Amino acid sequence: MKERSVKMFRLIFGLLTFSLVMACSSDSNPPEPVEEYIPTPKPLTVPPIFERLLPPPTIPDDNPQTEEGIALGRKLFFDPILSGDGTQACASCHKPSNSFTDDSQFSIGIDGIEGTRNSMPLFNMAWNGNEKFFWDGRATSVENQALEPVTNPIEMHNTWQNAVASLQNHSTYPELFRKAFGTSNITKELTAKAIAQFERILISANSPFDKYLQGEGTLTPQELNGFEIFMDETRGDCFHCHGNENSPLWTDNIFHNNGLDAIITDKGLGNVTGDPSQDGWFKSPSLRNLAYTAPYMHDGRFATLDEVINHYSEGLVYSPTIDPLMKAVSRGGVQLSESEKADLKAFLLSLSDPTFITNPAFQNPN
Amino acid sequence: MKKLALLLILAFIAFGCSNNDDDSSPEVLGCTDPNSLNYNPEATKDDDSCVYEKNVTFAFTQNWAGTPVTAADFNSSVYQNQAGNYLSISKLRYLISRISLHKADGTTVDFLEYNLVDLTDPSTLTLSPALNVITGDYTGISFIYGFNEADNMSGAYPDLNAANWNWPSMLGGGYHFMQMEGSFDDAAGAPQPYAYHHGTARVSEGVFEQNFIAFEFDQNFTITDDATIEIKMDISEWYKNPLTWDLNDRSVDLMMNYLAQKDIQRNGASVFSIGEIAQ
Repeated sequence: MKERSVKMFRLIFGLLTFSLVMACSSDSNPPEPVEEYIPTPKPLTVPPIFERLLPPPTIPDDNPQTEEGIALGRKLFFDPILSGDGTQACASCHKPSNSFTDDSQFSIGIDGIEGTRNSMPLFNMAWNGNEKFFWDGRATSVENQALEPVTNPIEMHNTWQNAVASLQNHSTYPELFRKAFGTSNITKELTAKAIAQFERILISANSPFDKYLQGEGTLTPQELNGFEIFMDETRGDCFHCHGNENSPLWTDNIFHNNGLDAIITDKGLGNVTGDPSQDGWFKSPSLRNLAYTAPYMHDGRFATLDEVINHYSEGLVYSPTIDPLMKAVSRGGVQLSESEKADLKAFLLSLSDPTFITNPAFQNPN
Repeated sequence: MKKLALLLILAFIAFGCSNNDDDSSPEVLGCTDPNSLNYNPEATKDDDSCVYEKNVTFAFTQNWAGTPVTAADFNSSVYQNQAGNYLSISKLRYLISRISLHKADGTTVDFLEYNLVDLTDPSTLTLSPALNVITGDYTGISFIYGFNEADNMSGAYPDLNAANWNWPSMLGGGYHFMQMEGSFDDAAGAPQPYAYHHGTARVSEGVFEQNFIAFEFDQNFTITDDATIEIKMDISEWYKNPLTWDLNDRSVDLMMNYLAQKDIQRNGASVFSIGEIAQ
């Protein structure tokens, strides 16, 4: 049957080709082929654990990963040229050694002004299913996210017009843009696309826990016990928002009020959607690489992981928009014992990936 | 490819027969519509037997005892359950799998897709399976709330993993069947959270009990065109039939609770129904 289908296909294909040739044969002036520049495709290397458990990465159709695009994005990411006074790069607040965040509660912009939110770590950006970025989800793609800090008055405090002019007048950028996008006519959109390509290669999936799941390593009894606490609804109950052994992003990528304050001062998602029932909702951060990303929370209020665990154990505070998953709020939290806290912390640290922060492909190329 | 080949053959036959001018041939009954699946080029009289392929879409709607519930009601609309608790809803996600249409001839059309309905994501409120259906008479609709034992494999579905929909392995693994969350007023009138989560029931350590619900609705209908079939969830039924569920007794930490898991399953039996079939 299959054989016959193939033969039939060949026959039909042959007939179609023949008729096409006949139909076109009268055209005596075939158009000159337009030579289109195509950069070198460089699809993401998907780690085996993601390949096994997660949907494919999200790559916009109009910004495929290319060698030249990634290289340009990497150069831009580490180059202070994008800031108003040429002193600050993306990497100033998103350092490789801190899993692409920094170690301050609030980062300081070029004018010495402090922000109001903690710089977010950057990794596994192509697995953010709902494509909402920032603590409050206000950017709808990595590209859109990358546009904002350049013009934010308390961050890089530049105009895109000025930033693009600086790039256009630079000795090498026009050529690098031509290699990446086929045009040396630099725009803010192409700049954001290149940065997004670099950000998408920042993949972290090589922690001790990843190796354990892949059968390539072992964990200590304390780490394993901590994982049990994490997965136990009546103890840690962390998994509803922060993943599990089959959801290795270690975040749900959605928004919650996790009981930090009785009075909400930063409305978070509620400010973006205008829905007051979402006041104080912030994106669940991934628990990967916590060893490098202190301080914690959207406002960086907790200096240590111990403070974070204490918050969920006995520090929860009621507010009208609190997430129902903060089930134990009436008794202040899930009330873990000191040994449970220590075990949970050990497990959380097993999600940190030392090869991520030292990956040579992620360091400053300039 | 087979269809194309068939068409070519049919075309050949059709052309081949076109100069048949034998007026004395007997009347042939059959489907005379070339656009149908069972077009009979030799038929001279249509006998209403033509069948066609049509798309079917399932629309998932929710209501509270008949009043529609959408994400717009979240955190604002207040409902009173059978036990008298006043509650609001902030999240409702549930899993439907193995939808089948039952044909009058005893065969079934089995759709392969599962659907995680999330009221805050409009794209999940409808499911348009890849498989088309054949026009004609049907006698029923069946589906599974949750996953049956064979389908409920830990980690097997990337989209559900990314949605954090997994059910802990210490509770039998696989996936959640439902997450319904919100706030209710306790006996003192103070707001308290509830997390009505459902999945495999843990009897004791390492011993688990399946907890999905297989629904089968006997209903005669005829598919004549692209059709949308409504699958309705009456949320209030989770709280009343047969067991009156008082959130003051059971509101959170239900996943480890064997009796709670089985009671949710019992109450679930009257939750779903088939609504409008539009075409």
